[in-house]
Amino acid sequence: MSQLLDLIPTIPVAEGAEIVMDWLTDTFAGLFGVIKESGKFSMEFVTDFLVSIPPFLFILIIGVLAFFATKRKFGLAIFSIVGLLFIYNQGLWEELMNTITLVLFASILAVIIGIPLGILMSKSKMAEATIQPILDFMQTMPGFVYLIPSVAFFGIGVVPGVFASIIFALPPVVRFTNLGIRQVPKELVEAADSYGSTGWQKLYKVELPIARSTIMAGVNQTVLLSLSMVVIASMIGAPGIGRNVLSALQQANVGNGFVAGLSLVILAIIFDRLTQSFNKKHD
Amino acid sequence: MEKIKIENVTKIFGKHVNSALKLVEQNKNKTEILKQSGATIGVNNANFTVNDGEIFVIMGLSGSGKSTLVRLLNRLIEPTSGNIYIDGDNISKMNKQQLIKVRREKMSMVFQNFGLFPQRTVLANTEYGLEIRGIPKEERRLKAEKALDNAGLLPYKDQYPSQLSGGMQQRVGLARALANDPDILLMDEAFSALDPLIRKDMQDELLDLQQKMQKTIIFITHDLNEALRIGDRIALMKDGEIIQIGTGEEILTNPANDYVKTFLEDVDRSKVLTVENAMIRPISINIDIDGPKVALQRMREEEVSVVLAVNKTREFKGYITAEDALQASKTGEINLVNYLRTDMPTVAKEMYIQDVLSIISDSKTPVAVVQERKLVGVLIRGVVIETLSASVENEGVSDYVPAT
Repeated sequence: MSQLLDLIPTIPVAEGAEIVMDWLTDTFAGLFGVIKESGKFSMEFVTDFLVSIPPFLFILIIGVLAFFATKRKFGLAIFSIVGLLFIYNQGLWEELMNTITLVLFASILAVIIGIPLGILMSKSKMAEATIQPILDFMQTMPGFVYLIPSVAFFGIGVVPGVFASIIFALPPVVRFTNLGIRQVPKELVEAADSYGSTGWQKLYKVELPIARSTIMAGVNQTVLLSLSMVVIASMIGAPGIGRNVLSALQQANVGNGFVAGLSLVILAIIFDRLTQSFNKKHD
Repeated sequence: MEKIKIENVTKIFGKHVNSALKLVEQNKNKTEILKQSGATIGVNNANFTVNDGEIFVIMGLSGSGKSTLVRLLNRLIEPTSGNIYIDGDNISKMNKQQLIKVRREKMSMVFQNFGLFPQRTVLANTEYGLEIRGIPKEERRLKAEKALDNAGLLPYKDQYPSQLSGGMQQRVGLARALANDPDILLMDEAFSALDPLIRKDMQDELLDLQQKMQKTIIFITHDLNEALRIGDRIALMKDGEIIQIGTGEEILTNPANDYVKTFLEDVDRSKVLTVENAMIRPISINIDIDGPKVALQRMREEEVSVVLAVNKTREFKGYITAEDALQASKTGEINLVNYLRTDMPTVAKEMYIQDVLSIISDSKTPVAVVQERKLVGVLIRGVVIETLSASVENEGVSDYVPAT
């Protein structure tokens, strides 16, 4: 029986994928080049700016932000200040700024792409039927796999890192936007319609405000996923704390690996609590 | 004058719409059509007209198609076939822009669960209809404030809907609809989610408003008493079909068929009134917290000699007399538990007054009305007699307003 199965020749899926990739790379080489150069330029600009802020001032600003974002509680503010001081103390300040830039770019772009996609999905059954499996595909595919097309399109460096992070971090914000809008109570949608709202008015006066906290939960997930992609992105040359994790791994250096990992955890907690508090603020 | 005209309107849900539509033309009923085509009939070939300034009640049990029918009027649900005319214009043939214009200018809707936007203040909710029409900020604020003022809600304009009681929320819903100054109000079970006492108040308010405004109102309800109370004319629906249209009087005296008759059995004239119709708001104290001082204060305020006692979840516990409260106050007690009297009879609000008359006349005290052990009202002899005598004049239908 198994011999019978062996009679079927291997279907050339891998070759097919390569042909598609080659075609994309050749056809859009110019476009990819422009994206790479402008992306690199703007990200370096942001990193340089962040690095130019005196660390002391930076830490203070984050502390004050955390204090007000959490309704004047000291918990997160103290945690942020101590955590960031620790990262500075361990000599990872510049890497930290690189990581922050990468996460900011990846998550902002993911949100800019993701929210409209989510709205589209919520409005059209066909869009939902098409996008849903793509999102499933994106989320189940191991993050490493995205590195291959990223490198093919953009070479190595920070831009392909951001590109891979966007693909990896996109699904939650799309899904939550779709969910949030679909969960708006039917009676409120009917109320909006019955008063003669246009589609846009209904969207931005009723649906988006009501779906807001669900969408923000998605944004929070997207930010955290793009942070979790930092280590993987460093494999293709994206700078930041991820690179320290990677080199510690290659050299089996437990101590350095622990410090870099801990720094990422601190950063993740600050990002998470800050984005969550923006969500709670208006409730 | 004719304001709304519905002509052969049918709504079919599900697949196989065309084959179902043919069955509708052959006058098949909902069950037959479902069996033969698999499609569900929402509204089956409805025909009626509504006059300017009329309160037209569409009534039926759940699943009878009444909520579908009202949504066909502003095309929240698209009719499968038939024509709907408003002021002579065929709504069902309008394009999107025309439809939006009609919805903005001609009709407003009030919803069962109020349909208020939770993230908007009371004022911003009231402004909604004006806002999307692009009316300047100052002008729409003035209009909305006027509508809220008429509903007695102006002091609450900066609160959010969740901060208001159900009755107040529905007043906001009504104010939002009226701020638009539409010709037509569509009210979908607008008072069904409210407490019986509040519901009665709202019905009165609506009738008062109607005296002043003379809107055309389509009112959906499943409550026959409500229909009789506020409707100039009533359409009875069953399985998507309109079975009978007429004034309350006509339907009561001349039921079109057995279904209508069974429906009306609830309103057997001698038994039309329930406890709910005659009860009044109870004057109560919280026995767990309130002491003799509070009890005496309440009695003085309300000019009564007895207060009812409830616990913190409003469960009925008994009553406190003025003498007892005075006694407790003199002896310096802070709690009234020892003075609680429990010999007050209780009745359910669904009971017919006829059946509780003996209880009322035998009792030395007022009678408490409870629902799931919670206190919802009180029956006082004078008010009960008053209600009954009013109903005798109107042949058993209390407060019924005849068609004008």
